[in-house]
Amino acid sequence: MNLSLLVIAPLITAAAVVFCRGLNGIRWVSLAGATVQLLLSFGLLALYWKERAAGNSGAFLFEYRHAWFPSWNIWYHVGVDGISVSMILLTALVMEAAILVSWAIKPMSREFFILLHFLSAGAYGFFLSLDLFTLFFFLEVSVIPKFLLIGVWGSGRKVAVDAFSEKVTHSTATANDGPSAGPTVTAPYSAMKLALMLMGGSALVFVGLMGLYYNTDGVHSFDLMSIAQMHLPVEAQRKFFPFLFVGFGIFTALFPFHTWVPDGHSSAPTAASMFLAGISMKLGGYGCLRVAVYLMPDAAREYSPVIILLATIAIVYGLLLR
Amino acid sequence: MPNYAYIALIPLLPLAAFVVLGLFGRKYFRGWSGVIGTLAVLISTGLSLWAAYRYFFVDGIVGEGHRQIVALKYVWLSFSPGLSIDMSIILDPISVMMIVVVSFVSLMVHIFSLGYMKGEVRFGTYYAFLGLFTFSMLGLVLSGNIFEIYIFWELVGCSSFLLIGYYFDRPTAVAAAKKAFIVTRFADLGFLIGILILSFHAESLDFRTLIQRLNAPSSQLAGITTASFMGISLLSWGLVLVFIGGAGKSALFPLHIWLPDAMEGPTPVSALIHAATMVVAGVYLVARLYPVYMFSGGTVLQVVLYVGAFSALLAAIIACTQTDIKRVLAYSTMSQIGYMMLALGTFHPAGEAATMGYTASLFHLFTHAFFKALLFLCAGVVIHKVHSNEMRDMGGLRKLLPLTHGCFLIACLAIAGIPPFSGFFSKEDILLSAWHANKFVYGVGLFTSGLTAFYMFRLYFSVFWRRPVRGAGDGHDGPGHHHGEAPFTMKLPLVILALGALLAGFVPFSRLVTYDGLPQETHGIGVFAIAPVALALIGIFIARYLYFKESDRPDRVAAAWGGLYKWAYHKFYIDEVYTFITKKIIFNLIGRPAAWIDRNIVDGLMNFLATVTAGISGAIKGLQSGKVQDYALYFFAGIAGLTVLFIYLYT
Amino acid sequence: MSQIPLSHILVVSTALFFIGMYGLFTRRNMITMLMSVELILNSVNINFVAFNKYLYPDKLEGVFFTLFIIAIAAAEAAVAIAIIINLYRNFHSIDVEDAGEMKF
Repeated sequence: MNLSLLVIAPLITAAAVVFCRGLNGIRWVSLAGATVQLLLSFGLLALYWKERAAGNSGAFLFEYRHAWFPSWNIWYHVGVDGISVSMILLTALVMEAAILVSWAIKPMSREFFILLHFLSAGAYGFFLSLDLFTLFFFLEVSVIPKFLLIGVWGSGRKVAVDAFSEKVTHSTATANDGPSAGPTVTAPYSAMKLALMLMGGSALVFVGLMGLYYNTDGVHSFDLMSIAQMHLPVEAQRKFFPFLFVGFGIFTALFPFHTWVPDGHSSAPTAASMFLAGISMKLGGYGCLRVAVYLMPDAAREYSPVIILLATIAIVYGLLLR
Repeated sequence: MPNYAYIALIPLLPLAAFVVLGLFGRKYFRGWSGVIGTLAVLISTGLSLWAAYRYFFVDGIVGEGHRQIVALKYVWLSFSPGLSIDMSIILDPISVMMIVVVSFVSLMVHIFSLGYMKGEVRFGTYYAFLGLFTFSMLGLVLSGNIFEIYIFWELVGCSSFLLIGYYFDRPTAVAAAKKAFIVTRFADLGFLIGILILSFHAESLDFRTLIQRLNAPSSQLAGITTASFMGISLLSWGLVLVFIGGAGKSALFPLHIWLPDAMEGPTPVSALIHAATMVVAGVYLVARLYPVYMFSGGTVLQVVLYVGAFSALLAAIIACTQTDIKRVLAYSTMSQIGYMMLALGTFHPAGEAATMGYTASLFHLFTHAFFKALLFLCAGVVIHKVHSNEMRDMGGLRKLLPLTHGCFLIACLAIAGIPPFSGFFSKEDILLSAWHANKFVYGVGLFTSGLTAFYMFRLYFSVFWRRPVRGAGDGHDGPGHHHGEAPFTMKLPLVILALGALLAGFVPFSRLVTYDGLPQETHGIGVFAIAPVALALIGIFIARYLYFKESDRPDRVAAAWGGLYKWAYHKFYIDEVYTFITKKIIFNLIGRPAAWIDRNIVDGLMNFLATVTAGISGAIKGLQSGKVQDYALYFFAGIAGLTVLFIYLYT
Repeated sequence: MSQIPLSHILVVSTALFFIGMYGLFTRRNMITMLMSVELILNSVNINFVAFNKYLYPDKLEGVFFTLFIIAIAAAEAAVAIAIIINLYRNFHSIDVEDAGEMKF
């Protein structure tokens, strides 16, 4: 099964949407594209189960490699294992639901759907990639559409309703909210905050990736499997694990870099909110697992108390906020 | 091995009804949704009865008693070969009894709702939710794996939320639904931690293996009993936490606050959820893990005993003062559940009365389902007629609603424990078991049964007597209003349930449902029964004296009781205490500062970074002044600097 | 004539250079700026000729370079005048501070 189909399908759908005429054409073409992706992911699941049942116990299945920048030893390398298959299925389902939910989005529906498709292409590519550079590339691809979706089609945050007071006020945030309300949360503000913080995260990830790259023995390589087998020196692991973990952690709202989430989610249009919560935040978790912990197990073990502490704070903290 | 695959259909049919009605009910099926939902539950009930017949009389019999059968098992998530979350169906006396009870009462509620909810816009959604609830409850009682029961536990909570908040345009209903969900969810935290403790030490999630390992002396048992936290063994902690989870669902003190408010839902929903099924889930859970409770030395069972007894008494006192018919019934439910828990707590280490409490509790669960559902449905008919929940708007309805009157009377006699109605038998069993275990608790139970009779007949007399008889064309029956008492679909369940309330006492329960599967001897009740029945009769007569005719006697009695009456009327201010703790302490002292920190410090840090960047930008943007001469100056300054650098540093 | 030390001529040329720089940085009139630029160029010319005459009397490279500079100065003056005329047409002023639109 050619995995790149999953990455190309949304791009083809986006291209098709460019040429559609009316609102109906755009919507139905998008839905058709999403359904095709859903069927592809179900097919992938079935094929994967069949392969595993047939006894193929390789770490990754359906691999495909193509030299991208040979001078830097960067390859376009895709493959799946169990975690990837489930995440791809998740992405396909959420995409289908997202397109159905934004059936009546206005204005500029064409651009909206095109951006959704780019977003999903980025997500698919991220879950499929086995080369760190490819992974990072798709991570970046998925950030820009989020910025545009929230900035253009989002709505300012509605002031929180005090659930226990007698008055129920629904209004978008104004400058007269009082000293503790902070800056006025409008859609462009949330979009900018999200984009800047996620790009900050990507920058940290990049530093980590460079650290990994330059610490590989022999010819430097970005390949996931070979780095995993290589067992990087502990010093290097200790230095670069925080970068990778915090970088991906920003994507997954690790305390204290979680502040883009309340504004981003509340300002986002429904489909983007679904995608953000369901997929984008899992990009970070998947990255932590697949890159940070998998490639640097010794450092992960050393830093585990810190990780546990931060995670516990994140769990308890969110529920205390009023 | 007989084929038990059909058991899986019992919960799955209502689930299918939920899916179909949820997606298409509102637009495509409309009025037919009720029929579809009822049909699904009818088939489930039929299958349950068939399964009960086969289990109790054909397949389940081993020697003298009944054995536990694992009907179906599907390994879902396997953490290690021994530890896995399975979806399994277990058949033993209590689960088979429960599926009969749940599906039967659900069927009655479905039929009743055909008439009661007729004309609702969201008729299809209502039946979809009922189907979801029935599925969850049936799944809960059939679960063979402790994690599976937790899954269905949460599902039950979720469906109850949907049903209580059915009239979502009423803020009180929304608040009640939230309260129910939050309180039970809070208790479920204890349940989850208890599950983790027990399964971690027993190294299994399967009920049979878990009970086996924590019961007989084994390495796992040694592990869990030697480890201790704050002086109490981990086994006790685990069991207490699981009990807390059960107490939340079963509305025992102090997690009972959600039950009266949950009456905001439609009345058939109250009959289903808050009378017969969901609230007994806690009792069922303790019964399911009973061997471990017994073996742990009985300390945890003491807690169960006292909590149950206290809840029973508290609820009975509050019920004596309430004026909303459904609230009285809600507190009555809480009281009866207290009885069930009390019975489970009466464990005596030795002797033939050792596990009498188990059977008594479940027997009471069985009979209670019938008469409580009947009470709620009758209340539904009354409310439907009078368009109000308050007792002061009712009175003298016995000629207007003759069938309801008869059924209500039967149910009241059953709950008061008057022979030969079903409640008598089950309540006697509980009191007998309490007598053998703890005389003080027996006394409390005895007093509470007198109170039960009093407040139930207070309700009865207030609704059906008290005022001059109302005829059919009286006052508020506008033109084209209901013809007669109620449509057939509302009367049929009343009759069937009344028959159940009459006859359920004669089911040979102790032969079928016991702790170890072997039949127990029931002693003839005889002399022992005199005290409770006498107290009940006294209660009935006091109620008749006060409420038979409209008078100021009740007010004088209330004034005589003074402060206690006021406290009981306000439900002992427990709700206010909770509101105080949550609003003033948790929200104001913890929540607001946390939010402030998040907004101003954590987020402020990010904004601060942005402001600093903007500030730096503001400071240095003057460099790009647009004046050529300034640029030329910088250019030459740079050259001068580089010259200095090269001359002084690189020579 | 008694030899004037090279350093004196270099001082003159340096002084001219910096006077020209000062004028370039401070004058507001574009024509005057142009005149300062000419001063700078001429100071460099003096420098070249001086070095040529004092250090390499038998070679003429310095003088050749000076000729180059004179020619280029003339061309540059022409181009500068063209620019100034264009600026005047846009801003109606030959004050260089008035042409400061490309700022933050």
